[in-house]
Amino acid sequence: MSAMETPATAPAPAGTGRSGLLTFNLLWGLAGLVVGYAVGLWIGHRMGSRFDWTADIDYNDIAVLLGYSLGTLGYLGGLGILNHPIARLFGRSARDVAPRTGWGRYAQASTDHKVIGNQYLIGIGVFFFIGGLNAMLIRTELLHPTTPTFSPGQYLTIVGLHGSMMIMMVSSIILGPFGHYFVPLMIGSKRMAFPRLEALSFWILPLSGLILTTTIAYGGFPTGWTGYPTLASQADIGMDGYLFSFALVGLGMILNALNMLVTVFNHRAPGMTWARLPIFVWSMLTTSVLMLLGPPMLLAAAFMEVLDRTSGTAFFSSSTGGSPFLWENLFWFFGHPEVYILALPGFGIVLEILPVFARKPLWGYRLAVSGMLGVTLLSFMVWQHHLFVSGINSSLRPFYMLTTELISVPTGFIFLVGIATLWRARIRYTVPMLFALAFFVNFLIGGLSGVYLSDVPSDVTLHGSFFVMAHFHYTIMGGLVFAFFAGIYYWLPKMAGVELNETLGKIHFWTAFIFFNSTFLPLFAVGMMGMPRRTATYAPHLQFLNDWVSISAFLLGGSMLVFLGNFVWSLVVSRVPAPANPWMARSLEWQLPTPVPVGNFDGPVRILAGPYEYGDPAAPPVMELGPAVVPSAGD
Amino acid sequence: MVVTALVVWYVVGYAISLPPTVPQASAAGITNITVQTVASYGHQPHPDWVSYLVKNEQGQWVHSTIWKVPANSIVRVTVLQYDGDSGLRNPFLGQPRGIIGGTMTVNGKPHHVLDPDDASHTFTIPDLGVSVPLEGVADDAPNQCAVTPCTLAQAHNTIVFQFRTGKPGLHRWQCFVPCAAGWLYGFGGPMQTVGWMDGFLKVV
Amino acid sequence: MDDRAHLIRAGAIWIALAIVADLIVGFLVAPHMPPGNFSNTASDQTHINNVLALIMTPIGVGVITFLVYALVRFRQPPGPLQDGPPVRGHRRLQAGWVGVTASIVIVLAILGTIELVKAPDSSAGAGAGGGQGPSPISRPSGNPLVVQVIAQQWQFTYRFPQYGGVETFALALPVGRTVEFNVTSIDVIHSFWAYQLGVKADAVPGADNIAYTTPRKVGLFQIRCAELCGLWHGWMAAKGHVLSRAGWAHWIAHERIANAPSTHYLPPYAKVYYPAPLERGG
Repeated sequence: MSAMETPATAPAPAGTGRSGLLTFNLLWGLAGLVVGYAVGLWIGHRMGSRFDWTADIDYNDIAVLLGYSLGTLGYLGGLGILNHPIARLFGRSARDVAPRTGWGRYAQASTDHKVIGNQYLIGIGVFFFIGGLNAMLIRTELLHPTTPTFSPGQYLTIVGLHGSMMIMMVSSIILGPFGHYFVPLMIGSKRMAFPRLEALSFWILPLSGLILTTTIAYGGFPTGWTGYPTLASQADIGMDGYLFSFALVGLGMILNALNMLVTVFNHRAPGMTWARLPIFVWSMLTTSVLMLLGPPMLLAAAFMEVLDRTSGTAFFSSSTGGSPFLWENLFWFFGHPEVYILALPGFGIVLEILPVFARKPLWGYRLAVSGMLGVTLLSFMVWQHHLFVSGINSSLRPFYMLTTELISVPTGFIFLVGIATLWRARIRYTVPMLFALAFFVNFLIGGLSGVYLSDVPSDVTLHGSFFVMAHFHYTIMGGLVFAFFAGIYYWLPKMAGVELNETLGKIHFWTAFIFFNSTFLPLFAVGMMGMPRRTATYAPHLQFLNDWVSISAFLLGGSMLVFLGNFVWSLVVSRVPAPANPWMARSLEWQLPTPVPVGNFDGPVRILAGPYEYGDPAAPPVMELGPAVVPSAGD
Repeated sequence: MVVTALVVWYVVGYAISLPPTVPQASAAGITNITVQTVASYGHQPHPDWVSYLVKNEQGQWVHSTIWKVPANSIVRVTVLQYDGDSGLRNPFLGQPRGIIGGTMTVNGKPHHVLDPDDASHTFTIPDLGVSVPLEGVADDAPNQCAVTPCTLAQAHNTIVFQFRTGKPGLHRWQCFVPCAAGWLYGFGGPMQTVGWMDGFLKVV
Repeated sequence: MDDRAHLIRAGAIWIALAIVADLIVGFLVAPHMPPGNFSNTASDQTHINNVLALIMTPIGVGVITFLVYALVRFRQPPGPLQDGPPVRGHRRLQAGWVGVTASIVIVLAILGTIELVKAPDSSAGAGAGGGQGPSPISRPSGNPLVVQVIAQQWQFTYRFPQYGGVETFALALPVGRTVEFNVTSIDVIHSFWAYQLGVKADAVPGADNIAYTTPRKVGLFQIRCAELCGLWHGWMAAKGHVLSRAGWAHWIAHERIANAPSTHYLPPYAKVYYPAPLERGG
C-alpha cells in the first residue's frame, strides 16, 4: 500500500509516528468542518453587512455558502485528504496516514478500495434510511385530502429532502459499495487507479448528506429536488444548502467516474479481454461515462443559481434578461443521464447474478453490452421530454418523442438477455435471485409506463402528476433498490465474511415485493385521475386510493426494517461465517479467500476464460494465479 | 437508542410546526376578527419579518394566523395596518372582491378600489373568492411601529370589510403583495411561512 | 421436451393471455380511460392512451409469460448442483427482437406526431392540449377565444384581451368554441392544468405558452397547479366552468362591469409581463 508513491527505490515511510486519536481521521474532520464553517460564516457576515439588502435581515446567503466552503476544506483537511496535495505543492513527498486495523479503519481516509466499499455501504445506508423516513412522513400527510398534518412549508421541505436525499445518495448505491469493492477484484487488479481520489470521492458523500439534512435548521427549501428558479432564487438559506450539497455530490460523481474508467481501461489483468469482462463491470463502465459527462452541467447550473441568489446576476430571471428555461435545460441535461446512472448499475447487477443462479452462460452477452452502450449514448439525447409542456419550441417535441421512444429499444435488450438466460436453465431460488427476478417485473412496469410518458399527447395529462411519480419509483426503487438488495445478499459474504440469514431474507423479499407493488401500482391510476405531484391536498374521491397507498407504504417501510434487523443481526450477533464461494460462482471475486487479502491477489494473475462458462465441461478455469511474490516498489 | 431518539426528534420537530388556532368571538350572528399587520415582528425567532397578529377572545394580541370562525355567518374583519406600501405585482388585486357590498372602509371612508402602488398587503382567501387590498402607511408618517404588539397611537390605517362563510371547511389565506423585504422577488421568508403572512381559516 | 416445444408452448400461452388481456383493456378499461371526453383534446389523449394500452398490454403479458414459464419449468432439480446447457446466443432471435421492438417504437412515435400536428379545432383531435410555447405547430382556422392565464403565487387569474382586457378571478368558457390559452407567469414557474379539458401548459415568467382546446360539454372542470411553486402549491386549485354560449356572454359582460375599477389600473394587454417590484422586495 505504501508503495503507491513515486517510483522511488524505497517505499515512503508509512505513518508519522502519531497514532490513536491524534492522527487524521473523521473526528478531526468534523472538528475541521465546524471550525471552517464558523470562519466562513464570520467572513461572510463581515462582507454581507456592507450590502444594503442583507444589512437588516436575519440571514445571509454569502455567509452560509462561505461557511460551507471553508467547512468542506476544514473537513477534508481534518481527514488528511489534503495532506498529499499540500505536500506536493511544497515539493515534499507526502506522508500517508497510518492505516488502522479493526473498526477504526472505517473512520479514516483509507486508500484500500475494499475498506472504501464498506464505508460507502454504511454511509449511503444511513442517508437512504433518512430519506425513507421522509417518505413515511409524506405518506402520513397524504392520508387526508384537505387537512394538513404538517405546516405547508415544512411539508415542502420534507418532499424536497426525500427526493434530494434519495437521488444524491442512491446515485452511488451500487457503484459505491459494489463498484469500488468488486471492480478491481473482477478485473484482476490490486487496486483502483487512483486510491486517494477514491477516498476523497467517498468522504464528500457523508458531508453532503449532512449539509442536506441540516437544511431543516435553516428553514428548509421549497423547490423539491429539481430546484427550479425563480422559486429557488426566492427561497430561504436552506436553498443554499441544497445547492452546495448537490454540487458536492456532482463533484464526487465526476471523480468516481474518472477513477472507474481509468481502472477498467488500464488495470485489467492479462487475459481479461473486453469480451471476458463481467457484465457488471460493463455496467460500471457505462455508468461512469454518464457520471463523467452529466454532472458538470449540474455544477455549472448550481453555481449560476448561487450567483443569482447572492450577487444579483440574472441567469435565470426573465425580468432582468435571463430565463428560467436555462436552468430547466441545464438541469435536465444532467438529470436525464442521472436517471440512467440509476438504471444501468441495476442492469449490471441483475445480469451478473442471473447466470450464477441459473447455472447457464449469460445469453447474448454482446447484445447486453450493446444495450448498455445504446442507453448511454441515447440518454444524452432525450432530456427535453421533461420539458414537453414547458413551452419549448413545438417543432422539437416530435424529435424528442422519437428519441425517448427509441431508448426503450436498448433497454429491451436487457429483458431479452435476462429471459433467455433463464430459458432451459437450472434455477436456484436464493434471496439474491429473488430480488434479481423481481427487478425484471418492476422494471417492466416502470418501462412500459415510460412509453406513456414519452408520447407527447399522453404526457400532457401525465406530466407533473403522480403517474410520473409511480413511473420513476418503479424504475428507481423497483429497479435499482431491488438490484441493490440482490447485490447485498449476494456479495455480503465476500465483503464481511458473514452470511445474511436466509429466512429473514425471504421474509424481507416477499414483504418488500408485495408492499412495493401495492404502494406504487395504484399511483398510476391516481395520477391519471388528476392528482399533481408534490401537493398536500387532493380531490376527495381519491382518498381511498391514497389511504391504501399510505398504509402499504408504512408496511413497505416495515419491510426495510426487517432488512435492517437481518443486517445487524447477521453482522453483529450471529456472525455465521461464510465460505469463500457460497454460490459456487465463476467470477474472479469468488475465487479469492474471505476476507480478501490486502493486495487482493497474492501473485500475478492471468485470465483464462470468461466468468459465465457454466455448463461447458471444456471451459478452462477462470484464472491462473502465479506464485506469490514479495511486493516491491513500483508495484 | 440514539437512532430512535433522532427519529423521534425529527418527526416531532416537523409535526409541531403550526401556530395555535385562535377562535374568534361572535355576537348576534357577526363574528369580529381584529388583526394587525406589522412591518417587523420585533421578537424572536424572526424580529424583522412582516407579520399578522390577531386578537383572541380575551382581547390580547396573539401571534397566530390560524383563526376559527363559525359556518354560515358573517365575519367582520378589522385590519390595523402598520406597514408601509410595497406595491401590488398584479394590479388586478387592487379591487376588493368577495366582500359584502363590494366596498371596504378605509379610515372610515368607503373605497371601491386601491391604487396598486399604495398596497402594503392583501388579505385573500382564494377558496371563498375574498380578496381585500390593505393600504400602506406613508413612508414619512411619524410614530411608526417597529415592535409588536403595535398600539393605536402609532401610525396605521384601519380597513374594515365583511364576508360570509358557508359550510364548514378549512380555507387557506395569504397575502399577494411581495412584502418580504430582503428576499428576491419579495416572496420569500415570511411570505411563505404559515404563522406570518399566510394562514388558515377554520370554518366550523 | 426440447427447446422448440417449450417455445411453442409458452408462445401459445402468451397469445391466449394477450387476447384475453386486450379484450379486458378494450372493453372494460377503455370506456373509463382518463382524461375523458370533456373536450376534443381530452378525447384525443384518451384515444392515444387506449391505443398505447392495447399495444403495451401484449408486450407486458409476453414478458411476464415467458419469465414465469421459465421460473416454473426450469428449476434446479434436487441433488448435486447441475449446470444448464451452454447456450450463448442466437443470432436470428436477437436480430428479430431488435427489428420488432424498433418498429413498434417508430410506429408509436409516428402516431404521436400525427396527433401533435393535427389542427387544433378539428373535431377529430387537437395539438394535444399541451403547452407549445409561443409558436405552436399548427393554429386553428377560425376565431378562437383568447384567454390569457396569468399564474402568480398562488392563484390563477384570467385575462380576456378580446373583451377589453378585463381580468377575472375565475375561469368560464363557452362550449363549442376553440380556446387559445396564453399561459404566462409573473413570478415563478407554475403549470396550468385543466384536467377535464386535457390542457397543461407551464407558466414561465417572461414566456408565452400557448395551448388549444375546444370544450364539448357544459359543466365543471378541475384546475390545478402542476409545477411546484412555493408554499401553497398544493392548495393552488380552483374549479372552472364551461357555460352555454349565451350563459358565457352574460358572464363576461357581468365581469366587465364588476371588474371595471381594477381594469383601469391594469397594464395594457401583453403576451408577457415584467412587473415591478422584481428585485429584493419591500
